[in-house]
Amino acid sequence: MSKLKVSIAGGSGYTGGEVARLLLFHPNVEFKQITSERFAGKFIYKAHPNLRKVTNLKFSSLAELEPCDVLFLCLPHGNSMHGMAEFKKLAGKIIDLSGDFRLNDKEDYTKWYGGKHVLPDSLTEFVYGIPELHREEMRNTNYVSSAGCNATAAILGLYPLFKNKLVDLDRTVIEVKGGSSEGGNSPSEASHHPERNDSVRSYKPTGHRHQAEVLQELAFGEKIRVHMSMTALGIVRGALATSHVFLNHSAIQEKDIWKIYRKEYGDEPFIRIVKESTGTYRFPEPKLLIGSNYCDIGFQKDSDSNRLVIISAIDNLMKGAGGQAVQAFNIMNGFEETTALEFPGLHPI
Amino acid sequence: MSNKKSECPICDAELILADDTLQSELVECSDCGTELEVVSTSPVELQEAPQTEEDWGE
Repeated sequence: MSKLKVSIAGGSGYTGGEVARLLLFHPNVEFKQITSERFAGKFIYKAHPNLRKVTNLKFSSLAELEPCDVLFLCLPHGNSMHGMAEFKKLAGKIIDLSGDFRLNDKEDYTKWYGGKHVLPDSLTEFVYGIPELHREEMRNTNYVSSAGCNATAAILGLYPLFKNKLVDLDRTVIEVKGGSSEGGNSPSEASHHPERNDSVRSYKPTGHRHQAEVLQELAFGEKIRVHMSMTALGIVRGALATSHVFLNHSAIQEKDIWKIYRKEYGDEPFIRIVKESTGTYRFPEPKLLIGSNYCDIGFQKDSDSNRLVIISAIDNLMKGAGGQAVQAFNIMNGFEETTALEFPGLHPI
Repeated sequence: MSNKKSECPICDAELILADDTLQSELVECSDCGTELEVVSTSPVELQEAPQTEEDWGE
């Protein structure tokens, strides 16, 4: 079997480590290079200790990056767009895990990220990276921009409702609770253990960048209003989005919601509906998804109003980053979509 | 394949019951996991089985 030559630029962070972990077990991949300026010349396991004895590969510097078939960019925000001209010379296909190419509109980029985009004409070259929304476009593109983790959890939870125009477009409230790995591996005063441990920290009640992605992907040509709040928890991995929407017809019942989600996601390999009336895990629970590429979605309608609560959970480093990127990689290259992503998570954990 | 088909009264998933399913038997919906009581077998009629309420966060 011929294998694709694949490399990672910016591989010492958590998303780079996650992509590396997945690619090292991908049967269609020859893992060529992984770069890090800080770890150049050192074994991968120095940054990713879980990969000890899995590979003898060492980090290269970005300047040493050689041509390959597919390049994953796991660089800090801003670095992808500044280096894109060079990256395109090195690889025919690029999957960018930063926020640089997630938004289609340069004005939106300026509003949410500050400053001007250096390649505004390239924004629409990149397919937004949630496969469940953009699978067919991914089959025909060379460039994918992986979605933000919190945006992924929120969008996947709400997509069937907005697509089928079942909700009041003017009032959606999303509360996302996330783990500390969402903040990357650069330490700060706020991430110091005595400060971070056991925290339930409201760190972005309004104005989180991922809200821009939710607005972009759920609008379907309409003017919509979405409010998003972020809370950091004392867990390492996991994101749980609790979204409140108001159904636009009082006759819509839970059975109808079941039908809609079954229609949109029934054939999706990584979406599961989790809604039970008894038991411990009646609704999605992020800890069961650690290491897996699943997004679990549940819902409940308020019996006294038209409010519908949607609960969606992911592992932020998997379905919210590395797993989603490898899923897109599989689609772009005609591989079985679930390749290297079959791990179902652990229980108990 | 069994001819005894019905829909889950909770989530509307299609359920196929074994031919020898009896009245009062309990079955489980594969989609929503609800335990269902077979009220009648011809035609098949299901209803949510009585459950013990869990005491969470009281």
